Amino acid sequence: MLKRMTRLVSGARQLDPGRLLHGGPQAPQSLAAHPDNQVPDGSPRAVSCTSEGDPVRTFNEACLMVRRPALELLRYLKNTNFAHPAVRYVLYGEKGTGKTLSLCHVIHFCAKQDWLILHIPDAHLWVKNCRDLLQSTYNKQRFDQPVEASSWLKNFKTANERFLSQIKVQEKYVWNKRESTEKGRPLGEVVEQGLTRVRNATDAVGIVLKELKSQSRLGAFRLLVAVDGVNALWGRTTLKREDKSPVAPEELALVHSVRKMVRNDWHGGAIVLTLSQTGSLFKPRKAYLPQELLGKEGFDALDPFIPILVSNYSPKEFESCIQYYLENSWLQHEKAHTEEGKKELLFLSNANPGQLERLCAYL
Amino acid sequence: MAAPCVFCGAAASYRLFLGGRVSLSRKQGVWKAAAAELQTGTGFQILRLRHTTGVTTKKNIAALRHEAYTVDFIKKQIEEFNIGKRHLANMMGEDPETFTQEDIDRAIAYLFPSGLFEKQARPIMKHPEQIFPKQRAIQWGEDGRPFHFLFYTGKQSYYSLMHEAYGKLLEAEKHQNQLQAKGLFSEKTKTKDLIGSRWLIKEELEEMLVEKLSDQDYAQFIRLLERLLTLHCGAKEEFVQRFRRSITVQSKKQLIEALQYDEQGTAFSTSEGKRKSAKAEAVVYEHGSGKININGIDYLLYFPVTQDREQLMFPFHFLDRLGKHDATCTVSGGGRSSQAGAIRLALARALCSFITEEEVEWMRQAGLLTADPRVRERKKPGQEGARRKFTWKKR
Repeated sequence: MLKRMTRLVSGARQLDPGRLLHGGPQAPQSLAAHPDNQVPDGSPRAVSCTSEGDPVRTFNEACLMVRRPALELLRYLKNTNFAHPAVRYVLYGEKGTGKTLSLCHVIHFCAKQDWLILHIPDAHLWVKNCRDLLQSTYNKQRFDQPVEASSWLKNFKTANERFLSQIKVQEKYVWNKRESTEKGRPLGEVVEQGLTRVRNATDAVGIVLKELKSQSRLGAFRLLVAVDGVNALWGRTTLKREDKSPVAPEELALVHSVRKMVRNDWHGGAIVLTLSQTGSLFKPRKAYLPQELLGKEGFDALDPFIPILVSNYSPKEFESCIQYYLENSWLQHEKAHTEEGKKELLFLSNANPGQLERLCAYL
Repeated sequence: MAAPCVFCGAAASYRLFLGGRVSLSRKQGVWKAAAAELQTGTGFQILRLRHTTGVTTKKNIAALRHEAYTVDFIKKQIEEFNIGKRHLANMMGEDPETFTQEDIDRAIAYLFPSGLFEKQARPIMKHPEQIFPKQRAIQWGEDGRPFHFLFYTGKQSYYSLMHEAYGKLLEAEKHQNQLQAKGLFSEKTKTKDLIGSRWLIKEELEEMLVEKLSDQDYAQFIRLLERLLTLHCGAKEEFVQRFRRSITVQSKKQLIEALQYDEQGTAFSTSEGKRKSAKAEAVVYEHGSGKININGIDYLLYFPVTQDREQLMFPFHFLDRLGKHDATCTVSGGGRSSQAGAIRLALARALCSFITEEEVEWMRQAGLLTADPRVRERKKPGQEGARRKFTWKKR
């Protein structure tokens, strides 16, 4: 899959804001789905389910609009000094403005540059609606989530296959009486172990994160940590123990390990985070500022960070989005080509990408 | 006493007189005073000087049963009304001589305030002519012979009116032929009298003739009058004008707010709107980019539902001014949809100051400037809701 991406990059492309970038496997445009950029284009999506409005199958391609916040981020990333601790970038904005897709754009760019991508599609999924919580083998107070951990390991494996054989584990990990991973074995083995023994999946995730963090400073690869919906890590959960008492996020092992990852005590990479109100629990609909969504605890944990505001479409971006829909014959209404039609769409969606997409869905 | 005989044929109004027979005083023939204003064709009566011995035919008793108000009764009511009017004027401290019906209405509304929604159920004090329904006089004499020659058609006033109108038509044609023969005929069109007036509607004609009409009768009559109009004869105009009513032009009633100017010199205009229980106030600025703020929040966030945003879009889209105005609104009360409707009304009214009269008229016809009168209907006792009845159980 990575070979495909390198083939696409052969020509030096001038990225203007507003121009559509034809990329390889990209996330679907609907923000509610798991943007899954590790699955190759065209192959059956066995990894995770996407929503029905999947433009990749509809348009037979996956396109992203190049926008200003993403370009800004890319510029920062290009100029990062890897000797310094990892910088945190937080994408925030109103609902439906394109934070997740900007994140995907950044991930795609880094993947092209051969970074190691650690992508969590939606952290909210880890804190709500989990079926089984096991008591962690590693630490008695914490809870494991085998389903989510194993699905994440699968994604991670497909995304970073190349690195899995290169990186070597630096400690010995004993899984149970019969199985253990020796020091010096490739990281792929840990991942395999997590996939086969679902009970140990969460621990496998923890180990992977720890190893990557410690080894990134060696400089063999560059690490990009991308978390979507990071405000889930510091909010509340809807999970309950058997005695119906609520579970705090710290008691989830996955959350704990990701929190450690997001701390900027390592160098050799970057951390890009996105806030999201859509899946968040117990937060008002209109909240979009980092302060409101992260809460005091999260804000302090993430402080200092570089906030990047993602706003609605500018007129040029709106034009190009409409043009894209028209070229792909997505808009079937007669008035969609006319100026009045465009003005109507502009008014009704107020240049909000999510709203525009929903409006055009039945036009 | 011999009352004068009057016969049909002349275009003059007639008066109804009481039958001069002695026996009639017994029968209490009813003539209504307002029938004096009836049109031609209904006002004649042939009086016979015949002595009857008080034989009452069955017809007259049957006719008596329908008559509820005698002329004396009506006269007494009118006197009482006038006296009451003077009393009322004294009570209100106004001059009894110049006390009009509007003053009466105002005084009654003041003295007897009513919370009823139905305006016709509130207390009124009007002239008895308007209160007591018009009734027909007895159309036949003591011997049973009808007065009118068209009585046996069933609709005597209607047919006599048609007869008269047709007579006029024939006269006009004859006149025109004469003029044409003499060569003095000139093509003059006088249609300006018709603008601003309309034909009588069927109910009004029925009221005038005190007779029930069918739709075809009415249509026939109007056709005849229009045919009469095409003949351009000046003498017939008054006859036709009796059957026309003037209409007020609706659009003049629209109130257009004045423009105000703020510090930078941009023009803006303010107005209010209501719907159900939501009240909204909108300020529309002349130059802008189509942003709307509601209670300080962007309209996309305030109305996440597309339907509400379409309501906001309607006034601008109708006038083709989608991206040209900025607006700031405040709204309170009601629910999601009624707030959207209230803001839409306020926006439309505010936009009136920026557009031409013609466009205001178009907006009015599109219904953008009319406040939606629908409110929640009250729940009635004995029913589960406003309309829903309780489940009917057979036993």
